[in-house]
Amino acid sequence: MIITLTHYLLVSAGLFSIGIYVVLSKQNAIQVLIGVEMMLNAAILNLVAFGKFDKINNAGQTFALLAIVLAAASTAVALAIVLNVYRRHQTIDPGKINQLKD
Amino acid sequence: MMVTIMFYLMAAIALGSGLYVAGSGNLVRSVFMFFITLFALAGLYVLSLADFVAVTQVVVYVGGILVLILFAFMLSGRENLEGMQQKNNRLLSVSKLPALLLAAAFFIVLANIFLKAGTTDIVWVKQAVTNHQVMTPDNISINNLGVSLMTNYLLPFEVISILLLMALIGAAHLSRKEGTA
Repeated sequence: MIITLTHYLLVSAGLFSIGIYVVLSKQNAIQVLIGVEMMLNAAILNLVAFGKFDKINNAGQTFALLAIVLAAASTAVALAIVLNVYRRHQTIDPGKINQLKD
Repeated sequence: MMVTIMFYLMAAIALGSGLYVAGSGNLVRSVFMFFITLFALAGLYVLSLADFVAVTQVVVYVGGILVLILFAFMLSGRENLEGMQQKNNRLLSVSKLPALLLAAAFFIVLANIFLKAGTTDIVWVKQAVTNHQVMTPDNISINNLGVSLMTNYLLPFEVISILLLMALIGAAHLSRKEGTA
């Protein structure tokens, strides 16, 4: 049995749904961040799977690389925000933080 | 045949460890299982002939992001870590039912779309197959990737470098000590 594009797309759909579940159900900002990373990885898997059919321009692989860099940048900023929130509120439960400024 | 077995193995590892991340109550263990998800995804990238992306995934995600996440975990308080472990480490509880329903509905919709889209009938994919533009395991793509990154995609490349600099400065600014600036 040959592995087609549909197989990759189904794996990425599963990973994306798991990411959504993690984002919605966890009570810890860092775990929510892990869910976001999982969804980003599902998107990157799609880019790479389609990039196989583009030997000359390499559009899929190039944008997969750019997406990885974007994910790294967003994680760095998000973790800095999480540490700041912990310093102020002594908790990182997104459900308990209910004010923008104290 | 070997490729098929490897694909199913990698996909099973990725989805299984992803499910463990979703279901586990132990926070540190779930972070390390996320590590395994990322490695399995790197394996899937290799199987779809994107070896440079796979190496970047390992270097950036496993080397950078995961260490950063662990670092934030350790800094955000031990009592927090231990307090979280006791309650609610079942996958199925009433408070998580809406999330589970939404994720399942999303999966059903996405899987239906992908199964009905007929990915082998997409016009440009068909053209790529007839023009022999599909990557084969014996061609070296890194050379071509570097050239196209410096010619066709130079603008996104430069824009992302500026964005990375901004993120760096922003993160340093956010995590400074109170009252010193």
